[in-house]
Amino acid sequence: MLMPEPDAAVIARRSAIATDLRRLCAAPDAVIESESERRPYESDGLTAYHALPLLVVLPSTTDEVSRVLAYCHDNALKVVPRGAGTSLSGGALPLEDGIIVGLSKFNRVLEIDFDNRCAVVQPGVTNLGITNAVQHAGFYYAPDPSSQIACSIGGNVAENSGGVHCLKYGLTTNNVLGIEMVLMDGTVLRLGGKHLDRSGYDLLGVMVGSEGLLGVVTEVTVRLLRKPTTARAMLVGFPSNESAGACVAAIIGAGIIPGGMEMMDKPAIRAVEDFVHAGYPLDVEALLIVELDGPPAEVDHLIGRVEQIARQCSAVSVRVSNSEEERLVFWAGRKAAFPAVGRISPDYYCVDPTIPRAKLPDVLKHMAELSKKYGLRVANVFHAGDGNLHPLILYDANKPGELERTEQFGADILKYCVEVGGCLSGEHGIGVEKRDLMGTTFNETDLEQQQRVKCAFDPDGLLNPGKMFPQLHRCAELSRLHVHHGQVRFPDLPRF
Amino acid sequence: MSRFRPTDEKQLVDIVAAAVAGEQPLEVVAGGSKRGLGRPLQLPHTLDVTGFSGIRQYEPEELVLTAGAATPLTEIERALTARRQMLAFEPGDWRAPLGSSATDQTLGGVIACNLAGPRRIRQGAARDHFLGVAAVSGRGEAFKAGGRVVKNVTGYDLCKLLAGSYGTLAVMTEVTVKVLPAPEATRSVVFVGLDDARAVAAMIHGLNSSHELSGAAHLPKVDGRARTALRVEGPAPSVEARSAALCGELKQFGAADILGDADSVKLWTAVRNVDPLAAGGRAIWRVSLAPTGAPAFLAAVRGALDIDYILDWGGGLVWLAVQGAQDGGAGPIRAALGGRGNATLVRAPLALRAAVPIFEPLPPAVAALTARVKDSFDPKRILNRGRLYPDM
Repeated sequence: MLMPEPDAAVIARRSAIATDLRRLCAAPDAVIESESERRPYESDGLTAYHALPLLVVLPSTTDEVSRVLAYCHDNALKVVPRGAGTSLSGGALPLEDGIIVGLSKFNRVLEIDFDNRCAVVQPGVTNLGITNAVQHAGFYYAPDPSSQIACSIGGNVAENSGGVHCLKYGLTTNNVLGIEMVLMDGTVLRLGGKHLDRSGYDLLGVMVGSEGLLGVVTEVTVRLLRKPTTARAMLVGFPSNESAGACVAAIIGAGIIPGGMEMMDKPAIRAVEDFVHAGYPLDVEALLIVELDGPPAEVDHLIGRVEQIARQCSAVSVRVSNSEEERLVFWAGRKAAFPAVGRISPDYYCVDPTIPRAKLPDVLKHMAELSKKYGLRVANVFHAGDGNLHPLILYDANKPGELERTEQFGADILKYCVEVGGCLSGEHGIGVEKRDLMGTTFNETDLEQQQRVKCAFDPDGLLNPGKMFPQLHRCAELSRLHVHHGQVRFPDLPRF
Repeated sequence: MSRFRPTDEKQLVDIVAAAVAGEQPLEVVAGGSKRGLGRPLQLPHTLDVTGFSGIRQYEPEELVLTAGAATPLTEIERALTARRQMLAFEPGDWRAPLGSSATDQTLGGVIACNLAGPRRIRQGAARDHFLGVAAVSGRGEAFKAGGRVVKNVTGYDLCKLLAGSYGTLAVMTEVTVKVLPAPEATRSVVFVGLDDARAVAAMIHGLNSSHELSGAAHLPKVDGRARTALRVEGPAPSVEARSAALCGELKQFGAADILGDADSVKLWTAVRNVDPLAAGGRAIWRVSLAPTGAPAFLAAVRGALDIDYILDWGGGLVWLAVQGAQDGGAGPIRAALGGRGNATLVRAPLALRAAVPIFEPLPPAVAALTARVKDSFDPKRILNRGRLYPDM
């Protein structure tokens, strides 16, 4: 992966820069300079890539973030923002001549406002931490990425994180009401608040999912939802991926939006069952977990209807949870899918496309062919409700060339998914990982328009460079208008 | 003064490119139903985009629909209804309050103004359902963003910027939206005679219950009496159980009536179309604020102005009709709001619309960023110049 060439002159100034930064932050331990203490920051959840940052700064207040960014801006220093460092796409991968601005000290829940159904939190609060702070009153924060114990809400905003309940409850972007943020030049902005509609351009909307390239989030106002009174899950086994896929389409076609709908293919079922012993059937080709949540009258009614649909779609086994304990056992396997796969292989690599649901059997078939071609096993877990597919490619990083082959396999999967109408990333982000595949989805004009928006926020390109865009362009070059001088008159078109 | 009516993307690109080269601003119009919304425009040329119309792809099982941006909303809704689906953000039709004679509104217009009806509290606004777009920027370049799947984080979410941009960033040609199943049944639990504070309290009580409300509105004057309505939607057994339970849990607010499907549809259509305030020539404001702030806000405004009003979104949306104030009420309304939300002037006589900031004025740093974002799409400020803010 080609990253921007580190500037040796900047690296040579490391300790002078550290001295300057210490003056900007009150806490004595706010600036991390020693190599051993910088080491933990060298990569994020995408561990295949690492780089030692120039320095790490851990500010404690918005004012400190503003001063640090303004200093970096004035001294043309690159900045990589970092939340909990759980990104699976390398969004927080450091630069050797760049400063990590870590938000881990922003770890307080500032306000809980049940009457307005929102909470104001600092960006370092974990996703699950929000729910933990409000669940005593029967509320929760809806988006629930698998890493929710560790990942921070600031990181969720940067990546527009999803989870298993997205189809019904939305992604981060649908559940954030407001932010306070700092631009690269140190300007502090507040966008939105406790009200639902904002005025003017939806700058908050473009900040969510901007992968730390537009600004640093220092406060987040999130929507809270009342926890559904009842949730019941069903385990449905199918003789083929096709019949499982058809069942998903039939459920949605019948007007039912389950709280969660997850699918696993045979390799995933086997890995999980060997690990968790959740009682998953081993004689099926595909397994669906369908969870209905909401008022009891509704859940009971819909469970009956889904069961009927499943039978019509040639399900070979249907089990319905009859207690909360049993529901959790049904989920235990799915939630342990990644570690279960980790148990049967030294390493695994997770891919993240979203595909039109109808294309699932086709994509799985193609993947099986690729698996043969590359000589690498693959297990699939699938957010079937929203079409977000997670193929897990099993490999051994210690075998020379196997990581490269795995990445090639992953890239081939993504290209195929884009070909059938899907996208490169459903919830993990582009980062460095999928950066060079952006051309499969967007042409040069599309990417230039995105980068012009980047220029509006960060004209010098100092925030998180090397992520998301395959090619870096200067803002001056991007803003140039290509006016064809022979063509200044309106074309000869029908006028009315 | 010319009116251009391109029928394909190539023609549109040529027109915008020529407008850029000649620095000739264009007013972008499709159905024209919202021409009365936003700052009044007097631009030399009109860009009529009605040529970009028609449903291109609709896959009910995938919950996505792609259509030309100028596709009439009734055409979209007809197709969705046939498959028992809907645009869940429930856009209002403001032709009556705006005094528009347009035959219909378009999907692109609804997105460009980021409309949302009573279901906003549960399902979000147009922005939350806007998945992908093909457009021509104010640079005269065709580009696309987003995609045709419901979960997508590939690149910046430019759809969010276009939603609510009032056509000032790019001319949308094709849009993809998320659609959802229409509810099988609807019930509305209606309380009578509550004052503002009690009404907001009742709505909060309902919204914080486990009954998944999809609407919470307060109409202070229906046949001389206040009505506070809570809506539940879903399968028939579910709405029966939930509406009955709501009556019980909120009995401190008095005995409630339960409206069936037809009466519910009538009630919530009136709310989203602002019917109760449409009559007369009064200035109409749309104010978004934290729901608990609504009673104090109304009290402050009532002290200074002669108003009628309705509340939607559990109190988080206040519609005001203002009688006789010089500035249409802008001063007292924005003072009462104190920056904790925003007030938009939806209807007013032309002179007033030109004189008063239609949209909530932005803090300087946000205004500066807004201008840079505008310039990143439309550096010569060709598209709908002045629709949102002067000179922009």
